[in-house]
Amino acid sequence: MAVSGVLMVLFIIAHMAGNLHIFEGREEMNDYAHGLRTFGEPILPHESLLWVLRLGLIASIGAHLWSGIVLSRRAHLARPVKYAHRHKARGESRGAYGVMRWGGITIAAFVVWHLLDLTFRTVNPVKDVPDAYGAVVATFAPERWPVTVFYLLALVALGFHLRHGIWSAVQTIAGPGPVWRRRWQAVALTVAAVVVAGFAIVPLAVSFGLVS
Amino acid sequence: MKLRLRIWRQSDAESKGKMVSYVIDGVSEDASFLEMLDVLNEELIADGEDPVAFDHDCREGICGACSLVIDGQPHGPQAATTTCQLHMRQYSDGDTIDIEPWRAGAFPVVKDLVVDRSAFDRIIQAGGYISAPTGTAPDAHAVPVPKADADAAFSAAACIGCGACVAACPNGSGMLFMAAKVAHLGLMPQGQPERHTRVLGMVAAHDEAGFGGCTNTGECSAACPKEIGLDVIGRLNKDFRKAAARAA
Ligand code: HEM
Ligand code: FES
Repeated sequence: MAVSGVLMVLFIIAHMAGNLHIFEGREEMNDYAHGLRTFGEPILPHESLLWVLRLGLIASIGAHLWSGIVLSRRAHLARPVKYAHRHKARGESRGAYGVMRWGGITIAAFVVWHLLDLTFRTVNPVKDVPDAYGAVVATFAPERWPVTVFYLLALVALGFHLRHGIWSAVQTIAGPGPVWRRRWQAVALTVAAVVVAGFAIVPLAVSFGLVS
Repeated sequence: MKLRLRIWRQSDAESKGKMVSYVIDGVSEDASFLEMLDVLNEELIADGEDPVAFDHDCREGICGACSLVIDGQPHGPQAATTTCQLHMRQYSDGDTIDIEPWRAGAFPVVKDLVVDRSAFDRIIQAGGYISAPTGTAPDAHAVPVPKADADAAFSAAACIGCGACVAACPNGSGMLFMAAKVAHLGLMPQGQPERHTRVLGMVAAHDEAGFGGCTNTGECSAACPKEIGLDVIGRLNKDFRKAAARAA
């Protein structure tokens, strides 16, 4: 859970930062997308960086999903009779753990849609792959507002997932003392807020016509 | 004060239990929660009914025998307080209070609110001890221990093994209990010889008993009457990794 989660967190931060190229304009954004594909050429084959990332992500998602299923199954078996009076969260995760499982599934569903939309372009009006800028502008066009709403909902799920997940991973791997644990909880909250804001600003800017 | 209690009644391990309502009047705010239940039981016995079974022993917050999930919180609403130390001044006239046993597959209900916590004993048997020669007690300063380690070990040793951590955990994990023992013994020089076999043995016994896996929700520590911190869990994870690497 922790190692695969950390790898995905690193990817997410890089992805979020990369998306902000959209505010520089069509050409810069498409240059960035092109650069991801031609990185290391001609010494390395076409799309090598992209495929290293993709394989790493597929392995991480697989490991993460598998550990999540094992933990959920064990939790289910560990409490065969539920409480009649619901337990109110008082722990340091402030209830964020309660949405890890459903939130994770929401994020997974989102990722599938996201790939069909902006990677494979199956559900995107712009089929021309080098035109990443055009695809983003087309998918979040004001009249396609349900797409934007879905993206934003998935981001809320991601925010809660990261707020618990980041410090939980540090706790699992590094086992900090009480002071550093509090600090990591603050880091997790900050990273979650920055990632959600950094991702959300792109569809919002397109939907409200600031980028077209 | 007058209260409505909804209590889990289950006549034995095999039968299916259910929540049953009782009304109790004239409860003194100076009574402890368990004394309130004693009064209810006297009334039940006078009426020829079966009294409510619940665990208790010292009634001074040190033995770990008392339990009860009160309104969804193990040991009730007051932080750092065992059920036996909870007092009725926490409640007001007309309140409804839900009382349930610890809920965990590894802690089967024996009767009503009493659960069998011997799964914890099996975890201790699998490594929660040190081997030291017996004889007269050695001088306290015969083996020097750094002050910081002694303090940390002492905080972990405050665990009374009540099982509130399991009852509070959404995963039904016994991680905090197990980690408190691993930290307590692993911080002391006397605990070093078995340090690696201890953590491997205890984790295996914990999983074997059917407790869930820890996902760091922190509910255990919030429910712990002895306020054992989550840092013991980090220690266990580190010890476990080292021991597993060495065993491999
Ligand atoms: C494939 C979709 C996903 C599913 C089904 C999923 C599910 C889960 C589950 C069930 C947990 C454990 C929750 C708990 O503590 O109870 C978890 C933890 C975590 N997730 Fe995800 N997740 C997904 C995607 C992601 C993504 C995209 C990231 C990175 C941005 C991520 C980062 C983390 C981290 C860092 C943890 C904490 C690891 C730990 O507790 O040691 N997850 N996830
Ligand atoms: S009865 Fe001993 S701790 Fe409550």
